[in-house]
Amino acid sequence: MTISQPDDRGHFGPYGGRFVPEVLMAPLEEIEAAYAAARCDEGFQAELRDLMESYAGRPTPLYYAKRLSETLGGARIYIKREDLLHTGAHKINNCLGQALLARRMGKRRIIAETGAGQHGVATATVCALFGMECVVYMGEEDMRRQRLNVFRMRLLGANVVGVTNGSRTLKDAISEAMRDWVTNVETTHYLLGSALGAHPYPLMVRDFHSVIGTEARRQILERENRLPDAIFACVGGGSNAIGIFHPFVPDETVRLIGVEAGGRGPKLGDHAARFSGGSPGVLHGAYSYLLQDDDGQVSLTHSISAGLDYALVGPEHAWLHDQGRAEYVSVTDKEALEAAQLLSRTEGIIPALESSHAVAEAIRRAPSAKGEVYIINLSGRGDKDMDIYRENLKDLDEVDTDLRAF
Amino acid sequence: MKSTRISGLFERLRSEGRTGLIAYLTAGDPAPERTPSLVAALERGGADLIELGVPFSDPIADGPVIQRGVERALKAGTTLASVLEIAAEIRRRSEIPLVLFTYLNPVLKYGFEALARDAAAKGIDGCLLTDLSVEEAGRYVEMTRAQGLDTVFLAAPTSTPERLKLVAQYSSGFVYMVSRTGVTGEREKVSSSAQPLINSMRAITNLPLALGFGISRPEHAAELSGKVDAIVVGSAIVRIIEQNADSPSLETCLEAFARELRNAL
Repeated sequence: MTISQPDDRGHFGPYGGRFVPEVLMAPLEEIEAAYAAARCDEGFQAELRDLMESYAGRPTPLYYAKRLSETLGGARIYIKREDLLHTGAHKINNCLGQALLARRMGKRRIIAETGAGQHGVATATVCALFGMECVVYMGEEDMRRQRLNVFRMRLLGANVVGVTNGSRTLKDAISEAMRDWVTNVETTHYLLGSALGAHPYPLMVRDFHSVIGTEARRQILERENRLPDAIFACVGGGSNAIGIFHPFVPDETVRLIGVEAGGRGPKLGDHAARFSGGSPGVLHGAYSYLLQDDDGQVSLTHSISAGLDYALVGPEHAWLHDQGRAEYVSVTDKEALEAAQLLSRTEGIIPALESSHAVAEAIRRAPSAKGEVYIINLSGRGDKDMDIYRENLKDLDEVDTDLRAF
Repeated sequence: MKSTRISGLFERLRSEGRTGLIAYLTAGDPAPERTPSLVAALERGGADLIELGVPFSDPIADGPVIQRGVERALKAGTTLASVLEIAAEIRRRSEIPLVLFTYLNPVLKYGFEALARDAAAKGIDGCLLTDLSVEEAGRYVEMTRAQGLDTVFLAAPTSTPERLKLVAQYSSGFVYMVSRTGVTGEREKVSSSAQPLINSMRAITNLPLALGFGISRPEHAAELSGKVDAIVVGSAIVRIIEQNADSPSLETCLEAFARELRNAL
């Protein structure tokens, strides 16, 4: 049986660890100690549970997607509705947990990075809830792609700082957040938004999201009286995926399928498929599969979904991959767009572009999986992506000016 | 322990009762073929040791000035392998100690053992990897020291006493003390967190102590003279390179700046 727990220095097999400048080592030790204490503190856990239920909207439904399943004519597909959570994505789970932890450590200033803006919005939300100062770093390219989320963060009282370095995307936003943290470490908690970074972040973020898998496991047993055959989740850093995978890791019969961004194609720079196109390396504190060139420079990445557009995969995924416990595939921009349309039209659920990648892989496999039960983790809703959907689905945009009769 | 160019330098500094000047520049900025003459200018001005920055795409410990230097160097095609060639070129004409200053990933890609072997062969004397914590450094230290290279680690104002001991234990040649929390970059004043760190570190180790981050002016050098074994100046040098990259007087400017710092020490 695969055991997926890090050692006391945060290694999942050879992956993970703590690769940061010395300035950050003691603060990471402080977070590790505070989190270890909070983990076994019933008061902390009870407060977190209460916020997850009364504020964020947990448990989220596990919905049987009947029309989608029938359309594909194979597997029975269930959808874990993280898109129904407050702020529109799973990100709020981790933000509530870390904000409680920051309060426990006496840190009143929160910084975060964001790609798609979902983690930034969730962070701005919990900072408003707890009355904390909030600074969100966001690449200027992502600010352009996700204008609405930038405004949401500002409406919530956050200071959104545009990052103009490098590719102006998530990677550069994390670098800039780390530079802020290095500078203001005494007063500031870095609320990292994915299962990435130095120990204990990958562990902590996974724990706060594992409620997804714990609920889904209970719900599918209630509905089907059996475990699912496969679980699909998109993988950028990999927080929603590790959240739903983790409670199923000991269930060897359940196939865990992570879906990376295949972008425009397999050329380096055109995608964010770390397992097929990368090799182990270190970025932003962790050792894992990394898209890099022959000289060890981190490659640029591309995905239609800002949340998957990152060069390193979370270290626990690297470990599950090498153990053969989880399988990682990639889906192109085009396939994700098609999947989003099919889900929208058959179920009335418009997915986030990130989550559309998981939907696409399930759609690809379902027709030949008669009798099987699938769960798709629908990590976020598509509202934030309307501009990108419009840009890419121009024929739909022209319908209302068209006089064709339907 | 075997004498190295680095240990030789600090012995000499101690016997002369002088505080050393360590100069950082990003190798390959503005172009790889320029670096040897820039190093020579710094040496003429009085630099005692050169930190050769190897550019990395995501320099999280660096402020805007060095970030831009790194971008220029990468754009000019600089790689770890080409920095070793630059080192060899410098070594043909100079015995100044050379320390590679970079991030872990390019070194991982090159291979610890291969780098130690090649760096030693090209005349490098030591390495400092900003994001390699002592906890993860066992194999690196072993392989790097096996080739007679020094391994320099960072100590920070946030380091606990236990961590400072580990840093001293894993370091050879000297310890690089980070004067303040934050990224590299010029500052008005020497940080007030520097002196407590110097005191803590002195109580733990006999290794030479260098202090960097924010040290950028002759008056900083004067203030620190006698308090540490060496000071490190980086961003101020990279800024001079940035502002004078196309000027025939770049070398003269660098030499003059190094001399100003040296005279203040």
